[in-house]
Amino acid sequence: MINRKFFFKGFKSVQASDSPAIALGCCFIAIGAILKNLGFNIQESIFSTFLTYALPGSLVMAESLLIGTSLINIFLAVWLVNARLYPMTVSLMPLLMHKSQPRWKYYVSCHFIAVSAWLIMKNNYQSIQKKFRIDFWIGIGTATWTIAIISTGIGFFSADYLNKDMMIGLAIVNPVYFMCMMVGAMKTIQITLSVILGAILGPIFYLFSPEWSILFGGFVAGSLAFFVGELNVK
Amino acid sequence: MSNNIIFAIIITSFATYLSRFLGVISSKKIKETSKIFRWFNCLAYSTLAALIARTIIFPVGALDEVSNSIKLSVIVASLLIFYYSKKNLVYPTIFSAIILATIHHY
Repeated sequence: MINRKFFFKGFKSVQASDSPAIALGCCFIAIGAILKNLGFNIQESIFSTFLTYALPGSLVMAESLLIGTSLINIFLAVWLVNARLYPMTVSLMPLLMHKSQPRWKYYVSCHFIAVSAWLIMKNNYQSIQKKFRIDFWIGIGTATWTIAIISTGIGFFSADYLNKDMMIGLAIVNPVYFMCMMVGAMKTIQITLSVILGAILGPIFYLFSPEWSILFGGFVAGSLAFFVGELNVK
Repeated sequence: MSNNIIFAIIITSFATYLSRFLGVISSKKIKETSKIFRWFNCLAYSTLAALIARTIIFPVGALDEVSNSIKLSVIVASLLIFYYSKKNLVYPTIFSAIILATIHHY
């Protein structure tokens, strides 16, 4: 069903020097502590990471609960902030699809699409035979997902010992880690421009529409980078 | 509160899975060598960069208490460490956490 060799190869990739384990762990420790302070119990905190496994969405949910927003507003706010997962999925799945593999693997494993696992897969897919890429991906996803769930539990239980300075230290790890990983991925003109323009336009669009800033900023930046890159190739 | 939390978790997970699920459906007809694939690749990197930049400049939560100039200085220093350590990801991330917590403390 799942090729064990490639599954474990993917699973062990979190031990590499460019592993997201530390950054991912720090972020979900912070989330665990935030959820506890919001009144979640341990089961609810674990359940939240288990089912959602997307940090910005969990933060938006926590913030919305804090100010007492309605469920429909939570849905819209989370959907908007996590809509980036759509282009991430479309830019990853065609690399993993193989006619010999069952469809369910793709529908189940898309739950693992989050920045950390996605960037590891994008950096490594060429070294894996196409037929087994989905098994490798399931291995990466299972490892990063497990780290996130365990870290949420650690964060929940250590919430009382984390002071403000420590929470700030934990909070900066995620953006620094992903910023370094994105800069490291800037190997073509299209990706370089996408990252630079996205980083500039995202905050600028936030001034006009906080809710839509990621989608609009990302769409304009990505489309500009694509056209400039295509012109450059020709 | 507890029922609200359960519903909020379920709604959040549904809203999150929806984008992933629709992405898989759309992927069926897209070839990895096509222009549309390259376009989506650009969109994925740019939306991620937009999200990360927004998280730094307009954060929700603990980072809100730190000024942008301090955050940006720590980010630039971390990127320099990233380059000088031959793209090692552990050093800049640990450095950023320790230095920002220390700066905030004092």
